[in-house]
Amino acid sequence: MAQPPAAPFCRPARASILGGSDPLRSPAVLTALILTLAGLGLLALLAVPMARAPRVWIGDSAGPWAGLVVHGGCLLAAAVMAGCGLAVLGGAAVAPQPLPIGVTALVAVDALSAWFLVLLGLAAACSALFGLAHARDAAPRLLVAYPLFLAGMLLALIAADGFVLVLGFEAMSIASWVLVAADHQSPEARHAARRYLAFAVFSGICLVPAIGLLAASSGDLSFAAIRTAPPQGFVAAAVLALVVAGAGAKAGLVPLHGWLPLAHPAAPSHVSALMSGAMTKVAIYVLARLLLDLSGPAQPLWWGVPLLVLGAASAVLGALRANLETDTKTLLACSTIENVGLICIGLGLAACFRAADLGVLAGLAAGAALLHALNHALFKSLLFLGLGEVARGAASRQLDRLGGLIHAMPWTAGAVLVGAAAAASLPPLSGFASEWLLIQAMLAAWRVGDLAFQVLGVAVVAAAALAAALAAAAMVRLFGLVFLGRPRTPRAAGAVEGRGAARLALLLPAGLTLLFGLLPGPLLALAEGAVQLLVPHGMVERGSLAMIRVGDGGARIMPLAIALLLAVAGALVWWLVRRRAPAGVARAAAWDCGFMAPPQHLPFGDPVTQPSAAGFGQPLRRMLGGSLLAAHESVTMPAPGDPGPARVESGFADPSERWLLAPLARLRDALAARAEALRDLPLTATLMLPFGTLVALLALAAWLEAG
Amino acid sequence: MTFGSTGYDIAHLLGGGILLLSFVLLYQRRLDAVINAFAVQGGLLAAAAAWQAHLQSEPGLYVTALLAFGAKALLIPLALRLLLRRLGLHRTVETALGIGPSLLAAAALVGLAVMVVLPVTAGQAQALTRENLALALSVVLLGMLMMIARRNAISQVIGLLSLENGLVLAAIGVQGMPLVVELSTAALVLMLALVAGIVVFLLRDRMATLDTGLLDRQRGEGPP
Repeated sequence: MAQPPAAPFCRPARASILGGSDPLRSPAVLTALILTLAGLGLLALLAVPMARAPRVWIGDSAGPWAGLVVHGGCLLAAAVMAGCGLAVLGGAAVAPQPLPIGVTALVAVDALSAWFLVLLGLAAACSALFGLAHARDAAPRLLVAYPLFLAGMLLALIAADGFVLVLGFEAMSIASWVLVAADHQSPEARHAARRYLAFAVFSGICLVPAIGLLAASSGDLSFAAIRTAPPQGFVAAAVLALVVAGAGAKAGLVPLHGWLPLAHPAAPSHVSALMSGAMTKVAIYVLARLLLDLSGPAQPLWWGVPLLVLGAASAVLGALRANLETDTKTLLACSTIENVGLICIGLGLAACFRAADLGVLAGLAAGAALLHALNHALFKSLLFLGLGEVARGAASRQLDRLGGLIHAMPWTAGAVLVGAAAAASLPPLSGFASEWLLIQAMLAAWRVGDLAFQVLGVAVVAAAALAAALAAAAMVRLFGLVFLGRPRTPRAAGAVEGRGAARLALLLPAGLTLLFGLLPGPLLALAEGAVQLLVPHGMVERGSLAMIRVGDGGARIMPLAIALLLAVAGALVWWLVRRRAPAGVARAAAWDCGFMAPPQHLPFGDPVTQPSAAGFGQPLRRMLGGSLLAAHESVTMPAPGDPGPARVESGFADPSERWLLAPLARLRDALAARAEALRDLPLTATLMLPFGTLVALLALAAWLEAG
Repeated sequence: MTFGSTGYDIAHLLGGGILLLSFVLLYQRRLDAVINAFAVQGGLLAAAAAWQAHLQSEPGLYVTALLAFGAKALLIPLALRLLLRRLGLHRTVETALGIGPSLLAAAALVGLAVMVVLPVTAGQAQALTRENLALALSVVLLGMLMMIARRNAISQVIGLLSLENGLVLAAIGVQGMPLVVELSTAALVLMLALVAGIVVFLLRDRMATLDTGLLDRQRGEGPP
């Protein structure tokens, strides 16, 4: 019996039984996924004819009809993806098979792909449900791009060679660019789309040579061939830099996060949910696949350090910005930057522990990163969809124009509360379980013998803890300003809530967030195959339904017991309050802090008597914003005798704008000015240009042959 | 077929002659001498094509040889001479690059062509094809150099046509190259030469010179 010795808990027996007894299963999964791909392509092809033609046949309901078909089809596709992912996670990996498209293109599903397929399926299901509920608003070109976006992500996840991986990744980028450019009449949206496209192109420019370098030593693009000849020396360093830059730009790692806060508000809500929940995860999948799986386990200790450092910077910067933004979707985009940073810390730690032969800890870090990716996909989808519902109901995304919505939109408020609490990593929700595991892995960084790494580990754990606290503050601010207090505008007072599919689109991720928070042990067991792929000799956590024990230390967590304790305490408080409360509830107007009575046209009180978004963020802006975000504040007093108002101006600037994007823009302008000079060349110089290029290339060829 | 056999030697001699005439084109100071040298180069090209047709037993190449002789050795030089006479040109050549430096550059380019072609084709092709390719690439590069080193429009047209001679030389040396490729290349370059001829007429009409260096002032954009 030749069983892998290094997998004590991965049930090899069961895996082989399932895989062996059912030989039809593997092709069936792959066939289902390829059919899903084809179906999504067909939906994209038919979207415009469906949206245009039937106006003649069935009158006014034409628009929604096309939207219903497209989003319904996407919902079905999402269900297939999640189902196939679960089937593979429970069974055996699917061997690579060629795609039926004429060129050499391999697809396969292994445990890592399957984990991200489940994630993508769940996030896409929520998003498609929301799209189904609001199908009337969808423009035809969005109906084309939406299935293509899903298909691109699916293709990137099931790729088994570099060609298909890049193909899917780029299809995902281009399709989501169309979705970001949805509202192309507004200059802000056009600016966001341009910047998004620039970052997408940059990702492609980095990923294509990275895959070329990976495949160079074996001469074959398939993953199996790359695994047999992992990169070494300075080629490995170049691969690391290119992949971190290329996939990191798509995931939103810190110096390259400039597109996230612009693109997410520009896209429709359910697209933002998909971009933030699933697309950044596909980028993380590419990071994990290329850096941890394909580059082989024999990489040195510094292999994970760039991910650690960039992840910590992303976590802090994203969480801090989330406390200062005044647009709800921008705020959520910044929170995404924070969570992507945390996941990358987990992956980087896994690489470092693996290099230091600490298999248990590497397995812990990788498992925590995968779990947090899944949890973040769900709670961030939930938050984007919830605030999309708010933006529809109350007609604004600005925190300063909302407020008091818990009365008008109770279901949305409840669902967003679950999502916000998970994002603030409160037990017993899903965010708590995965962030607790991540912090446990970080706290064990001292086990690596290298002193410099230990110091780095301390810094990273401090940054992650700061980020978690800042994220909690941001979520309190978000929920408080949007749902609590009194309405700040009449429109917010008259908000109405969606029903049916819209409500289901919120309840599904909210329920899953709750469920995943209660069951991290079984989820980790499900993720085991994926962890084994990332950390071949890593031991997986001994998780069970009731308890997870971490590593070989004594730390443990009992999510069900925590939930029970919280429920008992909550019930006790509720009972006490009910018991001590006087009979009969009297409602009165809220005290307005002694301000004068509001004018007639503001029946809900003067908004300036409530905390504003900028005011709520002011303490943190003053404490941390000065150094990290170049925050500034100035007070302009009118001269004595001048009846004009005094003005307080405050703001902040992202460091990436100032240190990265602005110099790049200047460089681009300088290059363009130089290139402009080419148009004025005399004839001889114009002839000289191609001639010189030709001679230089020939000389290069001669030199390469001689060398 | 290698060094020492008659077929190889003659093919090599003809190719070398074409290259030599490219050098001749570069150091002529008078326009009618340039045209003469070009006509001789065309004749040598026709001879090389005919010899290759004999060696490879490809009757199609005889057509190429005939066309090359008719067009390159007779018609185009005659047309250029007529042009010179009708325009009543002062027949010296204005050079942008001196004779000495352009000959030095030409020698360097031939060296580069040999260094590129010979190692690339090592062990893959016949010696005849390899040498032929090196010669052809040299002729192409020298044609380009001539277009750059001369300011007179007619010299530039001749540079372009001599560049095309290099392309034809490469095409006839490779076995199995379809005739249609050579013919279409030749047709393309002849069309270019025709356009260039019209431009020469217009230049002469409008600006009373053939010095293309003066064109830059007439573009109508940028500072005057």
